[in-house]
Amino acid sequence: MNHLLLILGESLLDDRNTILIVFITIVVLGILLFVGQILKRQPETNFDPAIIRTFNKRIIASLTMCVVLVVALLASKTLTVIIFGLVSFWALREFITMTPTRRGDHRTLFWVFFLFTPLQYVLVALIPDNYLTLVRMNAFSLFTLVIPVYGMLFIPARIAFTSDHKRFLERSAKIQFGLLICVYALSHAPALLYLDLKSFQAPTGAQPAGGFQDWTGSPAGLLFFLLVVVQVSDMLHFVWDRVAGQRVIAATVHPTKTWEGLIGAACSSALIGILIQLILPITPFTWHGAGFMALLISVMASSGGMTMSAIKRDRKVKDYGTLVQGHAGVLDRIDSICFAAPIFFHVTRIFLER
Amino acid sequence: MRRIAVPFLAGLAKLLSGATLRWVDCEPEDCQRVYFANHTSHLDALVLWSSLPKNLRANTRPVAAQDYWMGGPVRRYMAKIFNVILIDRKKIKVHNSPIDMMVREMGNSQSLIVFPEGGRNPSGEMGEFKSGLYYLAKKRPDLELLPVYIDNLNRVMPKGEFLPVPLLSCITIGPPMWLETGENKTRFLSRARTAVLNLKESED
Repeated sequence: MNHLLLILGESLLDDRNTILIVFITIVVLGILLFVGQILKRQPETNFDPAIIRTFNKRIIASLTMCVVLVVALLASKTLTVIIFGLVSFWALREFITMTPTRRGDHRTLFWVFFLFTPLQYVLVALIPDNYLTLVRMNAFSLFTLVIPVYGMLFIPARIAFTSDHKRFLERSAKIQFGLLICVYALSHAPALLYLDLKSFQAPTGAQPAGGFQDWTGSPAGLLFFLLVVVQVSDMLHFVWDRVAGQRVIAATVHPTKTWEGLIGAACSSALIGILIQLILPITPFTWHGAGFMALLISVMASSGGMTMSAIKRDRKVKDYGTLVQGHAGVLDRIDSICFAAPIFFHVTRIFLER
Repeated sequence: MRRIAVPFLAGLAKLLSGATLRWVDCEPEDCQRVYFANHTSHLDALVLWSSLPKNLRANTRPVAAQDYWMGGPVRRYMAKIFNVILIDRKKIKVHNSPIDMMVREMGNSQSLIVFPEGGRNPSGEMGEFKSGLYYLAKKRPDLELLPVYIDNLNRVMPKGEFLPVPLLSCITIGPPMWLETGENKTRFLSRARTAVLNLKESED
């Protein structure tokens, strides 16, 4: 017991509500996994076996992600950042493998993989918890600027320094896009752990005006809120498409995603965001704030899914996972998180940074 | 030293190349075999060898060019610890045939990894096969010849580069073939080359 307390004491999962949410998430995923396995074994069902297979694959992926994250959060903040860094690295690998590059891009790619990717995550971990404001601003601005400014300029320049100018813009853009989505965007998820936030308190007897107070909850709750809403939104999008889907958004990009699915997923995600905040508050948001954030996350998650499918269509691959046999498609699983994380991070910061 | 260096380098090669190995219509077995593969990168031999199951590795030796693998202390060391059979490309003569040397070195237990193109093609396209594979098959008709297609490794480490980019690559090993009775050199070599190219298409 002492050992457990020692580990928990240093961990980020020290907040009762967050632990409960994590617990509930794992239990729900466990039940869904069980249901999926039963459906798989049923010889005659009304469901399409392909859908059940996809469903099972997704559930297992979510459960794995959840367990890995919980273990990382239990251990320490830094370990969580490292795990996200490895996921980024793998996703970028899948992205560049899928995208044709030329021989002249080799050295640019080397720097992208071995300098910019690790550097971004080092900078995330460097955003200090309680240093001087000045120092903190510097670390923070480096984290937000290194890839979009230095990286985006370095890539075309380095390619220009090789003597290969064929399809120059296209090649630069491909590498820039990969770095921006797989590394920069995703790094905003663990960066949530380093935010120093305040929360709005409703008027009470002692404080009739209400007002902002330092938020004392666990930052892991904020990260979990993002991930849970993204996963739930993905699932709800799928369900709404099946149940009420009428108008397909862009048949050539994704044949089954509909406007009804997008709006349905956004609204029901908002509802779930509100419910989480009312029953087990794990974020510094008010209940309507949580609803708005969940709506925003859901819309961004859907946009991410659409964008990645457009790229896959263009490259004529169905899944990043089948691109090179035997590799799990990490990019397939994180595309929605990549789009939701930076927006969630910045909106939270704009309104609630202390 | 070798006991540490070999697994370490093999692991590093697998990690950097993200290689997956697929056996198509064949199984990893411990019989004498010749793996013949397309050659696109310096890493080919190392990655293919590292991807093989552990029990096969000990008895499998890459065949490679002496001028490259003797070209520096690191490469010389690697050639030594990976037990590479080195072929002097400049001195191939009738009385000094590399085939005799291969047959002698492999004895009755070892398998070989060969690259019948004889060198790497910078464009990544597969070149014509040199005749070595034919003479090897003629001398040792009992050997199983396995076509191997190595995909994407030329992007991990192209010709003339010394730093790798860690993309994902894929190695496909196909069904064994033998020299058929009365089959001439050209027919056999083109059949072998097609066997490798077919594996490329089997991916889609």
